[in-house]
Amino acid sequence: MAEIFGIPAAALYGQLLLGFINGAFYATLSLGLAVIFGLLNIINFTHGAQYMMGAFVGWMLLTYLGIGYWPALILAPIIVGVVGMVIERLLISRLYKLDHLYGLLLTFGLALIIEGLFRNGYGVSGMSYAIPAELSGGVNLGFMFLPLYRGWVVLASLVVCLGTWFMIEKTRLGAYLRAATENPTLVQAFGINVPLLVTLTYGFGVALAGFAGVLAAPIYAVNPMMGSNLIIVVFAVVVIGGMGSILGAVVTGFALGLIEGLTKVFYPEAAATVIFIIMAIVLLVKPAGLFGREA
Amino acid sequence: MTSVAPSTEPLLAVRDLKAWYGESHVLHGITIDVRPGEVVTLLGRNGAGKTTTLKSIMGVIDKRRGSVRFNGNELIGLSSRHIARQGIAWCPEERGIFSSLDVRENLLLPPVVAPGGFTMEQIFDLFPNLKERLHSQGTKLSGGEQQMLAIGRILRTGARLLLLDEPTEGLAPVIVQQIGHMIQKLKTMGFTIILVEQNFHAAATVADRHYIVEQGRVVDEIANAELEANMDKLHRYLGV
Repeated sequence: MAEIFGIPAAALYGQLLLGFINGAFYATLSLGLAVIFGLLNIINFTHGAQYMMGAFVGWMLLTYLGIGYWPALILAPIIVGVVGMVIERLLISRLYKLDHLYGLLLTFGLALIIEGLFRNGYGVSGMSYAIPAELSGGVNLGFMFLPLYRGWVVLASLVVCLGTWFMIEKTRLGAYLRAATENPTLVQAFGINVPLLVTLTYGFGVALAGFAGVLAAPIYAVNPMMGSNLIIVVFAVVVIGGMGSILGAVVTGFALGLIEGLTKVFYPEAAATVIFIIMAIVLLVKPAGLFGREA
Repeated sequence: MTSVAPSTEPLLAVRDLKAWYGESHVLHGITIDVRPGEVVTLLGRNGAGKTTTLKSIMGVIDKRRGSVRFNGNELIGLSSRHIARQGIAWCPEERGIFSSLDVRENLLLPPVVAPGGFTMEQIFDLFPNLKERLHSQGTKLSGGEQQMLAIGRILRTGARLLLLDEPTEGLAPVIVQQIGHMIQKLKTMGFTIILVEQNFHAAATVADRHYIVEQGRVVDEIANAELEANMDKLHRYLGV
């Protein structure tokens, strides 16, 4: 059997794939956080709960209404996004003129409430969600076996991340968003409805989390706590990439997933901490993050 | 000597406009009239309330009282985006060029609020420099080019009343001259302009009338034709 640095090649590729999949979730989630932080200046601690809601809405659509995976991939993010927009209008919008801390406390509290409600209703053991028939099985790539669904997760995340980047950097709507991030007063004085832009942006960022949740449902068990396990790592990714940087969130997400995967192969003891070690080093050397602009 | 007397209905009628920044009361009752096609300046020392007057007309200051009527419509209760949609455009003192947008995106950012705005070609005729810098980052332009961009982008919108806050501040004399010519040209095209200026010599070449602002009030009004005769008074007001 082939070996690389004394590690069986198949094990290495397997961990790299796993790292790439984790990276896909890190990238999609930190992208949503970055979009929200950029315009709203809110550190959205509800993000993990909204990712969990995406998975749950997907599961509910299937279980109660018989709506399958593909429609759920569109519907669940919309539903989670709309719930997010209601939360933004009713609660978060009252905090924009206050210190960051209030937004952090509110969104953290909301996460606890949402997770508590789901735990109350569905317990903590988790529900399974079957892989759609089209994507079950896998292909032998010669050097490794690739489960089709996992390949799909990476592909779908990449497409969504690139699409989001394109929308923000290259379109008219994205120009409004970037301008409003810099100087909302002036953008409003040009006649643009900035509060609506803010609500839609929050809804979009949250919908990205919901989308990641649906993607995750067939891989991880649908579980009320699935978001809180992930969100701490995602925040580390955002800090490393640079708060509010779109490209930074995507690149850092995938890169850290891979680094985490490699660490599992070469030094498994550090796999759970490597991201936080990198975060500490980045904060020491480049406090604004790898892609962040110095304030 | 009667040139100050209104000949037509004012396009903009500001009455007893008061404004606050938080608890601090900045405007104590500004009253001005601007007729269609006029160029009117607000002159005064630093901190007199000239910039705040423009911001209050534009609605970017939350706490304001009194009356601002434009085309007969009361604006005092409206938010800035609704005021912009009535056909008023503001070019702030700090210019407000967006660094995350290139020149083209900066130009296209303000939505068109009325027909009859400049086409991109007309903007480039007025400011040829911008055409060559279309894909540069907005804040990479020189100070003069940034000012041209800041004015150019509001000409696209079709707004007929322009609020220009110190457009010549910090610019080289040759650029100041260029901006003076531009304002002259806009005037001949029928734009109505309120100009805040420190440099009243530059303002005198283009303006019809001057309002003197002191401590949040309008304390005097001088027709441009009477500027020479009132030079002593003006110097006293401005402390120059």
